[in-house]
Amino acid sequence: MSEATEHLDHAHSHHHPSGIKRWLYTTNHKDIGTLYLWFAFIMFLTGGAMAMVIRAELFQPGLQIVEPNFFNQMTTVHGLIMVFGAVMPAFTGLANWLVPMMIGAPDMALPRMNNWSFWILPFAFLILLSSLFLEGGGPAFGWTFYAPLSTQYSADSTALFVFSVHIMGASSIMGAINVIVTIFNMRAPGMTWMKLPLFVWTWLITAFLLIAVMPVLAGAVTMVLTDKFFGTSFFNAAGGGDPVMFQHIFWFFGHPEVYIMILPAFGIISQIVPTFSRKKLFGYASMVYATASIALLSFIVWAHHMFTTGMPLVGEMFFMFATMLISVPTGVKVFNWVATMWRGSLSFEVPMLFAIAFIVLFTIGGLSGLMLAITPVDFQYHDTYFVVAHFHYVLVTGAVFSIMAAVYYWLPKWTGHMFDVTLAKWHFWCSLISVNVLFFPMHFVGLAGMPRRIPDYALQFADFNKWISIGGFAFGLSQLIFLAVLIKACRKQGVPVDDRVWEGAEGLEWQELPSPAPYHSFETPPVIK
Amino acid sequence: MIVSWRMVVGSLSWSLLASTVMADEKSSNDPYRLNLSPGVTDISGQVYDLHMLMFGICVVIAALVFGAMFIAIWRHRKSRGAQAAHFHENVKVEIAWTVIPFIILIVMAVPAARTLIAMEDTSEPDLTILITGSQWKWHYRYMDREVEYYSRLASQPEQIANKLSKGANYLLEVDRPLVLPTDKKVRFLMTSDDVIHSWWVPAFAVKKDANPGFINEAWTKINQPGIYRGQCAELCGKDHGFMPIVVIAKAPDEYERWISQQEAIAREAKAEEQRLLSMNMGMDELMKKGEAVYQSTCAACHMPTGTGLPGVFPALKGSKITTQDQAAHIDIVVHGKSGTAMQAFGKQLSLAELAAVITYERNAWGNNTGDMVQAKDVNAVINGN
Repeated sequence: MSEATEHLDHAHSHHHPSGIKRWLYTTNHKDIGTLYLWFAFIMFLTGGAMAMVIRAELFQPGLQIVEPNFFNQMTTVHGLIMVFGAVMPAFTGLANWLVPMMIGAPDMALPRMNNWSFWILPFAFLILLSSLFLEGGGPAFGWTFYAPLSTQYSADSTALFVFSVHIMGASSIMGAINVIVTIFNMRAPGMTWMKLPLFVWTWLITAFLLIAVMPVLAGAVTMVLTDKFFGTSFFNAAGGGDPVMFQHIFWFFGHPEVYIMILPAFGIISQIVPTFSRKKLFGYASMVYATASIALLSFIVWAHHMFTTGMPLVGEMFFMFATMLISVPTGVKVFNWVATMWRGSLSFEVPMLFAIAFIVLFTIGGLSGLMLAITPVDFQYHDTYFVVAHFHYVLVTGAVFSIMAAVYYWLPKWTGHMFDVTLAKWHFWCSLISVNVLFFPMHFVGLAGMPRRIPDYALQFADFNKWISIGGFAFGLSQLIFLAVLIKACRKQGVPVDDRVWEGAEGLEWQELPSPAPYHSFETPPVIK
Repeated sequence: MIVSWRMVVGSLSWSLLASTVMADEKSSNDPYRLNLSPGVTDISGQVYDLHMLMFGICVVIAALVFGAMFIAIWRHRKSRGAQAAHFHENVKVEIAWTVIPFIILIVMAVPAARTLIAMEDTSEPDLTILITGSQWKWHYRYMDREVEYYSRLASQPEQIANKLSKGANYLLEVDRPLVLPTDKKVRFLMTSDDVIHSWWVPAFAVKKDANPGFINEAWTKINQPGIYRGQCAELCGKDHGFMPIVVIAKAPDEYERWISQQEAIAREAKAEEQRLLSMNMGMDELMKKGEAVYQSTCAACHMPTGTGLPGVFPALKGSKITTQDQAAHIDIVVHGKSGTAMQAFGKQLSLAELAAVITYERNAWGNNTGDMVQAKDVNAVINGN
């Protein structure tokens, strides 16, 4: 998607290296966005392969394929890769591509830091993945790495896990700083705050969340490191520490992290739905305020992940009520999307299909989240497959579907050519059906009493687990269709598109930039009407 | 989707039928069970009702939202010639859909808070059980009686390895279940010897983490005699999936008979142990008993062939401890090694069992030290001689 832009750069007498050096040294927001997106996709397939191992082992009762210790490494590394390697870098990639184009800027504000924040990421994941091959294996304590399982009782490779999380955190913080500085300083004249596209707004708020909580995660992993290797007792009761304190620190990071992975998705859906409804977004201002209130509330709900740890009654009540409150602004968003579609002029191109699937399936995940907020019932749901179903509905059919919607929506703008629509529809329908066969029955086995993170299970769960595994394999294979679409699109096999691409598209990137968008988006600021 | 739809309909009618004969073994083994069990305590019934209330409200909200959306998808399609309207805000509507959900939340919060307060009231129990989790078994101590024991998975390793067929309660069966009286308020104190575990019995709606170094409380009052099964709910390492919980609830008089009997058995075992101190076992007897103890107690980590898991659990085959200083070997088995997964088995096994398993470890898998360890040798280490 970048060779075609090359002649434009020569016209502006830029010279930059070609081949591998072009990508290593690039400071261009589009190149870096592309790197982030491809990296995220490779990680998505890697983490997905681990999910296939998990589902193959769980296809029937008994141990068939892997040992329990390796099974635990698979669940752990699957989670880490999907959160830090797939979803977060994909959103950063989209921000890189889109924020400058949407606010009328030539590039990101801090291009060299942009290069660095991407290029340390592959090393973080090389370190994490290499730990799987060490004696004792990689991290096997869940992506939540609860102490003391991750300290006194873990393999020595924990040091590598800690180091790689530090690097991922540094990368995320730099990415977030770049987004904030860009949005604050590089908006075109007349691009006032309440004219910002919602994708920009949601990313701005996400970036503040990242800066607030990634250092907390860094602190948590550092304490794990010193507890394990240097004799401290932050989380060791025998030395005056407290293992539950680990969970408070972790989830003080972990809950805002959940919103880091969904707020940009809200932004994407708020861009796509109006386009294919040919109607302005309903309740723009309330969308902005709802995003901000979700972000603020995310700091006071963390302990709802910990209701069974033995909190005081008052604590349980507080975190139950605060958590329930989040459903109000989230509901506002869903209602606004439906109201945008209401009396619109709808058409169902591939991005819209993914967006509609997002609204329905994310809402299912949101409603099961509301059920999980109710402390007395959470005692039954906690650490079962009901929770696994819940967070995969919000993360896979939520965050991941929104990323796919975004890629299909902006891909023609990036390449200048339409992607293979037939293949893309195959990708959508195969994914939609298989993802529900995969995650919907998890609600049932969870309610029937199957705990999460177990390599083997009682016979009563066998039938549903077989269906879940079949759904899992089908969903995994469906993503190869996506790969085919992307490769074809990057080779520009498809009809050239006009500048606006989609009939109802509004915004600077559609109305002020050609397709494909030039290497430096806006060399002179556009006029904002 | 069609398949799961039929299952939903089928199970709804099924659960209506089943609600009258709830909580028997059959219902918990139903392969197409879709829902929480109402359980066998007043609290678990309240939790089930709350769950159904929440579920009902969520279904109604989903039906309204998705209904509106699908009407729009059907009627406001461009292909049907729909022209887009121009509205994009409406303060009244927006206030309404902020305030109405808030009111619904209050409707949910009131009964939830009421149940929660009842669940956390552990005062005035009739009896207290101290539950201690460790990798990967549960220990139960009846605080008011002289009874305590470990409860381990009873499913055979061959069943897990698919070499033997699996029974109906595969992975949900233990060697010694926890026995509780019905109609009595039982208080549980939970703690752990190593990592965090979580004691969960769905039929009681009790799930509480067992944290090392801290004690948590929970309680239950069982309404019906029966067998109730649960599992550890917090990832606790390699065999997290293999530490089930089984509770047998008996009528109070039956329970009383059982616990008195257990106290007598415990006293006799102690006397027998003292008697055995003066006796020596032969090599064959030690090895035979030792192998049995090793396979049930040690093999989960050190592996049945003594090879351990490199980098996680050390090998015993050819190791320094099992082939050299015998006193150090007895010491680590009896007292464990702090800061590692090696537990103190001094209180978990009898003197004869300890002697046998240490002898076994010193002579199996080519260790061939020829050493025989007797109960009195172990007793000497326990008493610090």
